[in-house]
Amino acid sequence: MPITYEPIATQTLGSTAATVTFSSIPSTYTDLVLVTNYIATSLGNTVNMTFNSDTASNYSRTYIGAWAAPTASSGTTRFTSRNNISCFWQVGAASTTTPNPMIYNIMNYSNTTTYKTVLSRFNTMAATLSEVSAEIGLWRTNSAINRIDLTSSATTFAIGSTFTLYGIKAA
Amino acid sequence: MPILGIFASSQFVIPPVSYESIATTTVGGGGTASITFSSIPSTYTHLQIRGILQSARPTFSRDEYKITINSDTGTNYSSHNIIGDGSSLGANSETSRAYILSQDTVGSNGWWGATIVDFLDYKNTNKNKTVRILAGLDTNGAGVSGANGAMTFSSGLWQNTSAITSITFTASTGNWNQYSQLALYGIKG
Repeated sequence: MPITYEPIATQTLGSTAATVTFSSIPSTYTDLVLVTNYIATSLGNTVNMTFNSDTASNYSRTYIGAWAAPTASSGTTRFTSRNNISCFWQVGAASTTTPNPMIYNIMNYSNTTTYKTVLSRFNTMAATLSEVSAEIGLWRTNSAINRIDLTSSATTFAIGSTFTLYGIKAA
Repeated sequence: MPILGIFASSQFVIPPVSYESIATTTVGGGGTASITFSSIPSTYTHLQIRGILQSARPTFSRDEYKITINSDTGTNYSSHNIIGDGSSLGANSETSRAYILSQDTVGSNGWWGATIVDFLDYKNTNKNKTVRILAGLDTNGAGVSGANGAMTFSSGLWQNTSAITSITFTASTGNWNQYSQLALYGIKG
């Protein structure tokens, strides 16, 4: 039985970085799963995702989540015509030790017939700020995805942050 | 070892060799009324279905889908949905229905929905079957008839202890459009 779910590349930061890139992504899978567990060094950091170096306003997303900062609240927000798929602003609370797990499911990334959709789950668990959220992201392009850039909006990703890209291959 | 989709929220960690592709359906030109996976082998512990969906619903950009199991069309299903449409939060409960409902997760009129569905302990004959869904669609705020994107968490119940051997996905309105695709995977315990 061939392996269906396999790692493509992993990056563990040995020094801080503003951007993490996965390039030359093979087109041999059906979906991609990007698992990150990054550490931010400033409050209010977000992680911005772009595909194929496209920084035009071809992205949008719909958010749902709940957070405590420290008062508990919840909400949903729509972001249209953006130049990236970003996680919501709470993710990346200031902590030099607490990572922020994020999982992106990049669906049917290699087809050239449909826009690309991303199902994501985010968590933040810092002492003064916590969040559980999910998003559906859209890249309004039919191109196959061959490059992913993750950029830290307010600061850099800290040493020890991890980013792993997996491929899932359908029969 | 990868952390798999929405299983990650349950702390499930899945070795790559435990995740296998069983079957994939891609809708051809002309569309189809339903997508069915049948003769599902009983050699796994959980099932996962992943894919993108678009229906032929007219004059609206958002649709929903229904899941039936083992061709059971009795009122043996229930489901709950928590939905964020970008402007308001909502939730609903569907009890004693003939299907599990995933609400506001299918695209139409050019837009695409994405879905990941987990069927837990699908072959265990000692308990009813539960389903979890992470799904949504986004329209860049340009949805037809004001139907924009939505992000949805869903849970489903099939009140039957039989092993699951077939699963059918049906759009609430119209056929599945061309290029809609669902892929079935098995996860070994």
